Amino acid sequence: MKALSIRGLTKTYRNGVAALRGIDLDVGEGDFFALLGPNGAGKTTTIGIIVSLVTKSGGQVSVFGHDIDGALDHAKSCIGLVPQEINFNQFEKVFTIIVNQAGFYGIPRKLALERSERYLRQLQLWDKRDQIARSLSGGMKRRLMIARALVHEPRLLILDEPTAGVDIEIRRSMWTFLRQINEQGTTIILTTHYLEEAESLCRSIAIIDGGRIILNDSMAGVIRKLNQETFVLNFRGATASPPVLPGFVSRMTDDHTLEVEVTKEQTLNDIFARLSQQGIEVVSMRNKVNRLEELFMRLVESRGAAGAKAG
Amino acid sequence: MATESLGRIRRIGLETIIRREYGRIIRIWGQTLVPPAVTAALYFLIFGSLIGRRIGPMGGVDYMQYIAPGLIMMSVISNSYGNVVSSFFGAKFGKHIEELLVAPLPNWLIVVGYVSGGVMRGLLVGAVVTVVALFFTRVPVEHPLLVAGSVLLTSIVFSLGGLFNAIFAKNFDQISWFPTFVLTPLIYLGGVFYSVALLPDWAERLSYLNPILYMVNAFRHGFLGTSDVDLGFAFLIMGAFATAMFTVVVMLMNRGTGIRE
Repeated sequence: MKALSIRGLTKTYRNGVAALRGIDLDVGEGDFFALLGPNGAGKTTTIGIIVSLVTKSGGQVSVFGHDIDGALDHAKSCIGLVPQEINFNQFEKVFTIIVNQAGFYGIPRKLALERSERYLRQLQLWDKRDQIARSLSGGMKRRLMIARALVHEPRLLILDEPTAGVDIEIRRSMWTFLRQINEQGTTIILTTHYLEEAESLCRSIAIIDGGRIILNDSMAGVIRKLNQETFVLNFRGATASPPVLPGFVSRMTDDHTLEVEVTKEQTLNDIFARLSQQGIEVVSMRNKVNRLEELFMRLVESRGAAGAKAG
Repeated sequence: MATESLGRIRRIGLETIIRREYGRIIRIWGQTLVPPAVTAALYFLIFGSLIGRRIGPMGGVDYMQYIAPGLIMMSVISNSYGNVVSSFFGAKFGKHIEELLVAPLPNWLIVVGYVSGGVMRGLLVGAVVTVVALFFTRVPVEHPLLVAGSVLLTSIVFSLGGLFNAIFAKNFDQISWFPTFVLTPLIYLGGVFYSVALLPDWAERLSYLNPILYMVNAFRHGFLGTSDVDLGFAFLIMGAFATAMFTVVVMLMNRGTGIRE
């Protein structure tokens, strides 16, 4: 069964802005799915419609087979949402926020208390349980929203930029936690601007831009589509002149560092062979940007250029 | 998920909203329960004890006794309204209304939950003001069912009114405008402090257009057995207002007015 199925989804806001222009999307049960796109592409609108915070203009959405037009409450009971913006009562105690949310999903009070403790412990917030939510740090507030979204143990967890503004240590621990949740069977949809995060966590990906899905594939398939990568090579010593690399587009960024573009048809061995012939030793090498980021930028920029041309 | 399961979700969901609203009323008791007691004590002291002595009996009873049901009802109305308008608008402003909107709870149930909160605060404050009144005068109860029925219906009507205001409000000014410029004048001119029989004909006739007059008088009749209005008509007005406002508020919620994009 599909965890999420979207057909022909459209949304035009009252001010005339067409945020979604006919989206088709499927997310399989148990998947870890990345929904990516530049700001204003339609990610948050799509999520808003799935969880009924935004009214759709047209199309169908169903969650585990429950159509949101005919069985909205059934669909909603399957979803846990971690929104982009803080949306809990900042004057409530941390524990109360979680227990209340469990109640809104029909979890009996005794079980709600048990689960609230469990998820607050898992997200390292148990010692903050009696604090007013406003007093938490930004990272803690993000984790509180994850605990809140999980307390009714949803089958589909939607995270809208959950690690925005979170330091790297907490971000890594959140990744580990989300992987565990996913391994236990929860389907996860993630939107993020950290493409390294998407590549590391997700098995499937859709890129949305201008209210349309421009790419939808497995993560491995997407990475395979990347026909050009840019590598940064650091040399042991300074070179007086740029190395000669016929067939490659390259440039020196300083006298130790070379940036070189490598297409699918080319190999790194050719570069190393040429550099060795010229007596240049390479001490380290890295991708200039994350591979997914490279693809993302190419897709979005090429659409932007096409749009500008058409305009 | 079975229908039975949805029923359980709704029951527990409603209990949770009510518990949360009750918790809010008690947590901020300094803002919710104390000010009405102080205000009522001042009214009883100034209008009842100091000025009231010179006024003499009204509606066949001592003036202090006459205004007691009116002052209780005034507190119930303003607190039922105030509780829902501030709680719901606060939830909109702080975005935590989304916690309820994404939950598997129908809109009518969210309305019932917030109205229950308004009724709870209205009745709690009504009880506090009644206790204050007992320091100044005797408060007999001639018809307990009339007292209960009228205070409950009135509280429901004004809780729904608060919700209606909060749904449309876009800023804090818009939640204080209606209580200041509409609700308070209607309460003061709704027979809280006087019998409309004392007014000139045109003013008396105009007063009968004020729905609060029926609520205050039905409530007063429950206590003192005296009223300026027909009781059957008063309950018809209260029932009609409650039904119409519930329908409109649920319809607005279903349309997403003020809460969904």
